[in-house]
Amino acid sequence: MEYIFTQDELQEIARHVAKYPEKKSAVMPALWIAQEKFGWLSNEAIKLVATTLELPYAHVYGVASFYTMYFKKEVPKHLIEICTCFSCGEMKGKELLDFTKEHLGCNAQGFSADGKIWARAAECLGACDTGPVCQISNRRYRHKLTEDKLKDIIEKLRNDEELPYERIPLYDQTPIED
Amino acid sequence: MDWKNYQKIILPNIPDYHKIDVYEKNGGYEGLRKAMTQEEWDPKAVVNEVKAANIRGRGGAGFNAGLKWSFMPPKQEGLPRYLACNGDESEPGTCKDRRLFEYNPHLFIEGAIIACYAMEMDAAYVYIRGEYIDWIEMLQAAVDEAYAKGYVGDNIMGSGKNIHMHIHRGAGAYICGEETSLMESLEGNRPYPRSKPPFPAQKGLWGYPTTINNVETLSHAALVMRNGASWYSSMGAQTHPGPCIYGISGHVNRPGVYEYPTGMLISDLIYKVAGGIRNGKKLKAVVPGGSSVPILTAEMIEGITMDADSLRTVGTFMGTGGMCVLDEDTDIVNFLLRTSKFYDHESCGQCTPCREGTGWFVKVLEKIARGDGETKDLDLLLDLCDRMEGRTVCALADAAAWPVRNTINRFRGDFEAKIKKATLIATS
Repeated sequence: MEYIFTQDELQEIARHVAKYPEKKSAVMPALWIAQEKFGWLSNEAIKLVATTLELPYAHVYGVASFYTMYFKKEVPKHLIEICTCFSCGEMKGKELLDFTKEHLGCNAQGFSADGKIWARAAECLGACDTGPVCQISNRRYRHKLTEDKLKDIIEKLRNDEELPYERIPLYDQTPIED
Repeated sequence: MDWKNYQKIILPNIPDYHKIDVYEKNGGYEGLRKAMTQEEWDPKAVVNEVKAANIRGRGGAGFNAGLKWSFMPPKQEGLPRYLACNGDESEPGTCKDRRLFEYNPHLFIEGAIIACYAMEMDAAYVYIRGEYIDWIEMLQAAVDEAYAKGYVGDNIMGSGKNIHMHIHRGAGAYICGEETSLMESLEGNRPYPRSKPPFPAQKGLWGYPTTINNVETLSHAALVMRNGASWYSSMGAQTHPGPCIYGISGHVNRPGVYEYPTGMLISDLIYKVAGGIRNGKKLKAVVPGGSSVPILTAEMIEGITMDADSLRTVGTFMGTGGMCVLDEDTDIVNFLLRTSKFYDHESCGQCTPCREGTGWFVKVLEKIARGDGETKDLDLLLDLCDRMEGRTVCALADAAAWPVRNTINRFRGDFEAKIKKATLIATS
């Protein structure tokens, strides 16, 4: 694979660079663009970001390796991250993660038998009120998870279907009368 | 308090409120217009108004926002100054800012631009956790609308003021909600928290004077400019006033994000607002403001209201207002273990007491949870707390140690029950 950015990608990076007084600040947006393009951040992808922003490779690697949402190894196309933390943990998030891994036939790395999906535990996703929740491939949230809902998600991911945004309405806030 | 007739102002039930024309029709951007166009509202007057309103920071510390604004040094011509808006929202139990980005983004934008005007800043950088990409895009759409209408950008409302707003996407790190770590992340560095002093107001983003506020706190500033400080400070608890977004999660019938004034009885929030404990169970414990604040037993919440002064009497804090409710079946040892795993995962690794201590919390708690614990392990955990609290660059070590210390102290019986079982098996 050739590791270069297209003109469009370079322009997008330039738009990010323009937001900040220093070029270095665009390292996170540039890493996002690289991960979107290559699927994960290999050494070559990190080098590409480093040369594009005129930064040392070690600096960019240091940033990339800090964050959990940047993948530093090659991973399957789809990711199911189930929150097992705090409130979601109390709402059986861990049990749902175990169910998902078993349903997918995951290996020790959490990769499914067909290599298309991987599953792992997430730390708090900030949607505690609709727990247990999961996030799909660094984007869509799925709320109030059940085993059936997860089976449906897995089916859609196997078919590479796009998952729409799940809107949670503002609750009916009329208090319950005593 | 007549909370049942409370009119919601941060998350009102108005359809399409996230659209700029609906927001404008309901008094939106009037506070900003006052600041930008009326002569009596010079930057100092705005700071004083916000200070008088006594907005207690909604990110967790509860510090008076206007007072924080007043710490900015006098403006030096030619040197930039920045606002950093903290939308990292990573404290477990906290789920309020996401709703704000979705249902009332313009209130936040208005508040942030007012803050920039009051502190004579050039730009606001909004740091939002990477997981919130859908909500980042919603906020970006709102920012674009505000630019198009001239509420953000160059020469705002003909005032000659240029204030820009940029959104920065994180990538999954709790530590970036710590203000100096957030700045390091924005600057493109590995986000290790900085030692203070120098404080951000002296040397912040890219070395220039900076103030960091939670996104909800900034939204409150917009309300203060629209309706006045006395209107704001007369709402809710006297020493901790204003509206409050309560995120209620855990074992309740109606978990959700609710808006009421501060000073609500915890029992009203659980039993009336959130519909009580599910399956008719009894209450065991409440964590009132995010995972790091000390846990409360069911007996402790009696008569306690959600404001700093009342919560202090039972040794806990308001935090972020994200409340986790636990029923009588909860395994408290496992609950603490999972909370400690979070801090172990999220410790940035810069300071030894935190990097090593959070890991040892997990190891010792795992030992107790699987029934191999000894009584001395509880003392070991408390000793670890002593060696972590206040001995690191940032407060993550304290945030990790408080739940351990307080859960052991307040639910010691639950821990001893697991330990005694192990001792019995060993001696039989």
